Amino acid sequence: MLIARVVGTAISTVKDEKIKGRKLLVLKQTDPAGNLIGKPYVAIDLVDAGVGELVLTGHGSSARQSDLTKDCPVDAVVMAVVDTLDVDGETIFRKE
Amino acid sequence: MLISKVIGTTVSTIKDEQLVGRKLLILRQIDESGEPFGKPYVAVDTLDAGVGDLVLTAHGSSGRQTAITKNSPVDAVIMAVIDHLSIEGKTIHR
Repeated sequence: MLIARVVGTAISTVKDEKIKGRKLLVLKQTDPAGNLIGKPYVAIDLVDAGVGELVLTGHGSSARQSDLTKDCPVDAVVMAVVDTLDVDGETIFRKE
Repeated sequence: MLISKVIGTTVSTIKDEQLVGRKLLILRQIDESGEPFGKPYVAVDTLDAGVGDLVLTAHGSSGRQTAITKNSPVDAVIMAVIDHLSIEGKTIHR
């Protein structure tokens, strides 16, 4: 899984039948200091996450292991919202 | 899924039988300001997208989960056309 921050949303009317009604979130990975890194990507939201939240995303065929995404053309899902993050004994993130 | 812009089309006559009739589009990923970056790649279009459209592509085995690409030798598929994209509070595309 990747640690990422929800930075935006994507809306699509024309999409594969199997993903109708699914929420699409735009994410960017974060480094150990919490800074955004890399380029944005999109994942299907499984946990009702919102913009600004720190989340975990599952990728590849693992993204199709949920009830909402089974057999769907989906390669990334938001599968957890992070409450706290400890790295090297230091709390680098705590959800407000 | 990757956020990409359709930049062109590919035509191929000699291809796997399961790809006959499939539309192949050329894409480039876009960054948070909507600018294309990186190398172009090709995905099968299942939604009748066109050049200039902003789309989402699913990769790997997920690329074979649409009715059109099931059991095909395909590793990237366009599975959504983006109407509206907002990143870091800015509207990138409408």
